[in-house]
Amino acid sequence: MLTCEQLTGLVTDYIEGWLPMRQRFRFRLHVALCRSCRRYLRQMRLTIGALNGLPRQPLPPAKEQELMHRFRAWQRA
Amino acid sequence: MLPRVLTRRLDTRRGSSDQSSAPHAARVSGDETQLLSRLLAGDEAAFAALINRYYASMLRLARLFVADLDVAEEVVQDTWLAVINGLASFEGRAAIKTWIFRILVNRAKTRGMREARSINFSSLTTGSKENATPALDADRFSASGAWHDPPRGWGVDSPEDILQRKEALQLIEQEIATLPPSQQAVITLRDLEGLTSDEVRNVLGISETNQRVLLHRARSAVRRALEKHFTKG
Ligand SMILES: [Zn+2]
Repeated sequence: MLTCEQLTGLVTDYIEGWLPMRQRFRFRLHVALCRSCRRYLRQMRLTIGALNGLPRQPLPPAKEQELMHRFRAWQRA
Repeated sequence: MLPRVLTRRLDTRRGSSDQSSAPHAARVSGDETQLLSRLLAGDEAAFAALINRYYASMLRLARLFVADLDVAEEVVQDTWLAVINGLASFEGRAAIKTWIFRILVNRAKTRGMREARSINFSSLTTGSKENATPALDADRFSASGAWHDPPRGWGVDSPEDILQRKEALQLIEQEIATLPPSQQAVITLRDLEGLTSDEVRNVLGISETNQRVLLHRARSAVRRALEKHFTKG
């Protein structure tokens, strides 16, 4: 049986689908039986979801204009 | 100004073990083909969207390699010029963003070398700063490895819940900014920009093991920061 500490070390490998089948099974078994680790896994997924959706800072207008100008020039060439 | 890609699923994207020389054409979606043809046709809206979409991450990555902000900005601008000039010959064997980030990192590395600055991606080197960041403090567990101080609830149900809170967003940004450069690079490409693991390794030129370890440490650190925020008081 995996310990809770070991599970937290494997959580990225699990989420990414990098665990070999046996390990994956052991991971799922532990999570099915352990409420705290279930919560930990869920929090890791929430974290990744937040990272995926992090708003982006747009380009400063002056730099945008310069690049648009270059893009137009390329298009005309 | 609300987050664009909430639609992206939190699925388990699989890392395959294919080499960078393998054909990646299958990975390029219909959207990508459409984007490329719009760019080639000189579609200004498409180009404007593209440069705004990747600016923040490009600047972050460039700054990991070059100390000076102005130089990093220059690297980003130069990258776009190279992208414009390379569009016509872009073969679509990698995703457009992967191609863009590869150009950026190569340019930033070159500039960084001139500044005698380089990132240590060998996370496993003993005694490096990277090693000082376990997923969790050991005192969260008992000697048997069971939880001693188990995670408490955050009171949020979805990533959207987190993204709607300004404080939480700032906190995530701050946490990323304090990570060691190699972790910042990996988490930016993988989680903020959604490159596949293979693409991340390809862009940064790092091993599978390093990528795994760096991603794990970076995500664990951000989770810890959110935990501290959502469970305080
Ligand atoms: Zn457990």
